[in-house]
Amino acid sequence: MSTFQVRIHGRGGQGVVTAAEMLSIAAFREGRHAQAFPSFGSERTGAPVVAFCRIDDHPIRSHEPVVAPDALIVQDSTLLHQVDVFNGLGADGYLIVNTSKSFADLGLGELARRLRPERRLTLPASEIARATVGRPLPNAVLLGAFAALTELISLDSVRAAIGEKFSGAVAARNSDGAARAYATVLPPMKELAGAHAD
Amino acid sequence: MRTQIEGSRAVARAVALARPEVISAYPISPQTHIVEALSEMVKTAELAPCEYINVESEFGAMSVAIGASAAGARTYTATASQGLLYMAEAVYNASGLGLPIVMTIANRAIGAPINIWNDHSDSMSQRDSGWLQLYAESNQEAVDMHLQAFRIAEELSLPVMVCMDGYVLTHAYEQVDIPAQEQVDAFLPPFEPQQVLDPDQPMSIGAMVGPEAFTEVRYLAHLKQMRALDVIPEVAAYFHTAFGRVAGGLVQGYRSEDADTIVVALGSVLGTIKDTIDELRETGMRIGAVGIKTFRPFPLAGIHAMLGHARRVVVVERAVAIGIGGIVALNVRSALTDPAPRVYTVVAGLGGRAITTASLRALFRDAAADRLQPLTFLDLNTALVERELQRMQRRRSGPHAENMLRDVGAIAASPVLG
Repeated sequence: MSTFQVRIHGRGGQGVVTAAEMLSIAAFREGRHAQAFPSFGSERTGAPVVAFCRIDDHPIRSHEPVVAPDALIVQDSTLLHQVDVFNGLGADGYLIVNTSKSFADLGLGELARRLRPERRLTLPASEIARATVGRPLPNAVLLGAFAALTELISLDSVRAAIGEKFSGAVAARNSDGAARAYATVLPPMKELAGAHAD
Repeated sequence: MRTQIEGSRAVARAVALARPEVISAYPISPQTHIVEALSEMVKTAELAPCEYINVESEFGAMSVAIGASAAGARTYTATASQGLLYMAEAVYNASGLGLPIVMTIANRAIGAPINIWNDHSDSMSQRDSGWLQLYAESNQEAVDMHLQAFRIAEELSLPVMVCMDGYVLTHAYEQVDIPAQEQVDAFLPPFEPQQVLDPDQPMSIGAMVGPEAFTEVRYLAHLKQMRALDVIPEVAAYFHTAFGRVAGGLVQGYRSEDADTIVVALGSVLGTIKDTIDELRETGMRIGAVGIKTFRPFPLAGIHAMLGHARRVVVVERAVAIGIGGIVALNVRSALTDPAPRVYTVVAGLGGRAITTASLRALFRDAAADRLQPLTFLDLNTALVERELQRMQRRRSGPHAENMLRDVGAIAASPVLG
C-alpha cells in the first residue's frame, strides 16, 4: 500500500485533532505506520481547524501537510462556504460530510457526481453523537463511518483507539457512536459498491 | 516498546527514563506538552525521586537548573521561542560554568511579528552560547537524542540542547520505540558531577575572572566543544550497539556518495527532502542529502568529507540571519576548501510555512540546472512584498505586518496559545 492520506476539517472543540490521532492509533494497531498532526497551533474554539493523518505500510518520513487527500472528513458543514475543504480531492477520493442534508441540499450535487457513489456519503454524525455520546461531538462517530466506507481499518481498531484516548463511560459512549455509524454506513455502501461492480 | 504517541509525550517519557532529579520549567507553546507530561509523572511518582519546580519565568527555569546541576543533580528543562530569549543570560551562564543540563527546544519562530509556529530562529539565536546543539529529524530520533544528550553532557560537563521542530514533531503522533528502563539504566550511568556544591566541602562555582585568565577559560570552553566532536559519534555508536538504532551523531548522508547536487538541512524537513530525492533519483538526477545532526560543535571535517565531491550544495534552512542570509550555509561554506562546490542558500519554512514536496522538487531542479540565486526565500509571495514596498514610498505607510495581513485577507493573526 502506498501512503493513504486523510484530511479532517472541523472547528476547534469538535475533536478534529483527536480524530486524526485516534485514526493513527487505529492504523498502528493494525501493524501499519501512521502519522497524525494538526494544522499547527491554530486550535481555538470555533475556529476552522485542519488535521491530517497518513497511513502506510512503510515508515513515513514526510512532514508536509496533506495537499491531495485520499479521504476527506468534514466534521462541520458550515465550513463548506468558508474554507476550500475539497482542495486536492481526486475523483477516486473518499468523502464524509457530517450533515443531516444530502449532497444536493448542500449545493454539492456537482461535486458528489464527480466522486464514486460508493466512496462518498453524508451522515448526521452530530445527531448520532447526541444519541450515543451524549454530546454533539462527531469525531468518533465519523471514524466509525470512515472504517465502514474505506474498509482501510477495522471497527475494532477504531474502538480500541477510542479506548486508548479516553477512558470509562466517555470511551464506551464514543465507541458505541462509532459502532452505530459503522452499522449504518456499511450495508448501503456495500450495496453501492456491488452495484458499481455490476 | 513500540507505541503510537505524540512527540512531546514520547520525549517526556525518554527524559523520565533518564532519571532526572530536578526539572524546572515554564510552559510555552509548543513545548508545553513535554513539561506537562513530566509534571504529571512527578506528581504520580512514576518519575521518582525527582523534584519538579514550577518557576515564574524561563529566566527562573534556567537559574534553578543551574543551581540544581551545581548541587550535583541531573537536571532538565525545556523551552521555545521568546522563552529561550528570556532565559538567554542564564543559558550562557550554564555553559560558562560547565553544567551538564539537558534542555529541549521545541523550535518556534521569534517575534516580532509574534508567531507561534515552527522555525529555527530560537535555537539558532543561541548557537554560540556554548551549548551543544543536536537537531532531531523524527520523534524517534528526538527520543534517542535525549538519551544520548544526558550521556554526552555529563561526559563533557557541558549543557546540551536537543532541538525538535515545534508542532511538526512535538504535536505529531508517530510510531516511536520507547526503550525499557533497564536498557536506559545500562546506557546512562548515574550522574557523577565534575564539580559539586557540597556544604561539607565548601567552595564556590562562578568566580569573577579578569583579563588574566578569561581568554583561557573561554579557550577551554572551545576545546571542550571540539572534544565533543569525538564524544558525540562515540555515544551514537554505543547507542547503536545498545539499542540497535542509528540516531544522532554528527552528520548523516542520504544517497550522497555519487551525488552532484547535495541538499544540506537539519531537523524534520530532512524526511520530506529524502522523499523528494527518491522521486528525483527516478528521473536520473544525481541528488542526495546530508543531515546535520550536531550543529554545535559544527562538524567541519564531517561536512567537508561528505560535500567535497559535490558540484553544488543546496542548504535549506529554517532561519534567516537578517543582513547576510544563511546561518547554516555560512557554517557549511567554512567547511569547504577550494575547489569548493557552489553553495546555494535557501531560507524556507519560516514561521510555520509548510515546506512541501512540490516546492522542493522545483527548487532542486532549479539548483541542478544552476538557475538558483545565491540566496532564495522559498515560496516567497513577491507580489505581497511589492505591494508593501509600493506603500513605503509614502513616509507614513504604517506597520508592515498589519499592512501585509490586510493584503492577504487575514483580519488578525491567531492568538498565542497557553
